[in-house]
Amino acid sequence: MGKAHFPGAARIAYAARLMHNRPSFSGDGTGVIELDNVAYSYGGGELLSELSLQLAPGSFHFLTGPSGAGKTTLLKLCYGALRPTAGVARLFGQDVRQMDRDDIAMSRRRIGVVHQDCQFLDHLSVAENVALPIAVSGQALPEQDDNLRELMAWVGLTERAGALPPELSGGERQRAALARAVIMSPEVVLADEPTGNVDWEMSQRLLRLLIELNRMGVTVLIATHDLQLIRAAKSQVQTRVLRIANRRLHAAGVDL
Amino acid sequence: MKATLQTLFALGRGDKAADRVVPPTGFTARLTLFAAAAMAFLAVFALALSLAAGRLATSWGDELARASTVRISAPDGQMAAQTATALRLLQQTPGVASARALSEAEQQALLEPWFGPDLPVAQLPVPQLIEVLETPEGYDPDGLRLRLQAEVPGAVLDDHARWRKPLIAAASRLRLLGWASALMIAATVGAMVTLAANAALAANAQVIAVLRLVGATDAYIARAFVRRFTLRALSGAAAGTVLGIGAVLLMPPAGETAGFLTGLGFRGWHWVVPLLVPPLAAAVAFVATAVAARRVLGGLS
Repeated sequence: MGKAHFPGAARIAYAARLMHNRPSFSGDGTGVIELDNVAYSYGGGELLSELSLQLAPGSFHFLTGPSGAGKTTLLKLCYGALRPTAGVARLFGQDVRQMDRDDIAMSRRRIGVVHQDCQFLDHLSVAENVALPIAVSGQALPEQDDNLRELMAWVGLTERAGALPPELSGGERQRAALARAVIMSPEVVLADEPTGNVDWEMSQRLLRLLIELNRMGVTVLIATHDLQLIRAAKSQVQTRVLRIANRRLHAAGVDL
Repeated sequence: MKATLQTLFALGRGDKAADRVVPPTGFTARLTLFAAAAMAFLAVFALALSLAAGRLATSWGDELARASTVRISAPDGQMAAQTATALRLLQQTPGVASARALSEAEQQALLEPWFGPDLPVAQLPVPQLIEVLETPEGYDPDGLRLRLQAEVPGAVLDDHARWRKPLIAAASRLRLLGWASALMIAATVGAMVTLAANAALAANAQVIAVLRLVGATDAYIARAFVRRFTLRALSGAAAGTVLGIGAVLLMPPAGETAGFLTGLGFRGWHWVVPLLVPPLAAAVAFVATAVAARRVLGGLS
């Protein structure tokens, strides 16, 4: 398996398409995703409270904190899988409370999500899974086959395109999930512990892919408890590190 | 409503990609097919029963209603005179097409099943029967009865209404039962498809979660299930209908002396009715799956 890189011409085409496809949103704030004084409670206890976050276009954020602090919950609030129990969440300037299920589905086409335990349709090939967002959006076009091939090459899965997801290794699954997350040229990529199940070498590869996306203008938010990964990123890209502690979000200290 | 229309259009168009996102299921698919086929088979019989009962009620109502009988019981000497008077009176009655006194041989034939062939009818005080055929407009039985009473004291008009009415009522009730059965069958198909669709939606929770994550709308996800169940119900019901029609065709033909049961079958345009069973089953499955999918998907986060 060679080193994953985005072929030069393909990268330019991809970046151009990203820019071209980008719809402008009219929010009163400045972030593509904004949480304003948000709280979230599960049943009895409050997991997150008085939490505000703005993801500015093109920014690169890390979200850290101990296990169970609410990193995944915060990400879910960011892509509308959960609705805040108090406060306002806005996706592309639109208040989540006023979005119906179809609006949420439409916003998912602009937000790529990578989970730690990424799930696929196990009866479809990797290539079909990566192209699934295009299929479900009803935008399948012949020229997207090239696009898909480039993307598969970018994440280094060209040879595994015909495999079924259960046959993939952990790192391959993460890369397939990343390819699936970005095939619609999203404006935001949210990754939840993308390097949780892979070795250091693979996590570096995934990080490079995410940094490349960010250089093309994609807003990136990575939830991780892996401080080494954050340090590695800091040397390559300007990042902001946020930490969840005591139900609240803090800017992480300089010790990172 | 909009989503339903979209689903309907997509159903006609067909969407291979949408079909493939839900993994194929062998066993439950066959069960749905079988249940749809069995229900269609039963539906064909229920419809045949309804339509036959309807025909029976109509024929008893229309054809038999046009025939009635005048019975004259009189002492020997007056029989001929009273019969002649009654015949004249009947012929003058508006609404009576014809009136004819039965001959001795005909009366004997009528009594034969009860008394045997050797009965000397002439020597018994058997009343004289007059067969009255009505015009389609019919006559006024009460008026006729009054006039007969006045002029022919021994005459009794029997317009068959007395025994016809309960038969017509029974046939109508039978028809109602047939249609009710057909409705129950349709409802059962709906219930069965709802159960199967719920099971399929539950079994494919992960598929649905993945589809939602990558931006599929509820309509898209529902379509994959709706299309599948609609086609299953359609093909299952088609097979069941073919078998049901075949079974109806195998019923012995209705002859002259045939009773009610051998008349069970389809006549003329009634043949169209069983052909409606498969599309109706498909429509029921479509609605049932769409409702089930909307309810399940709407309950997800």
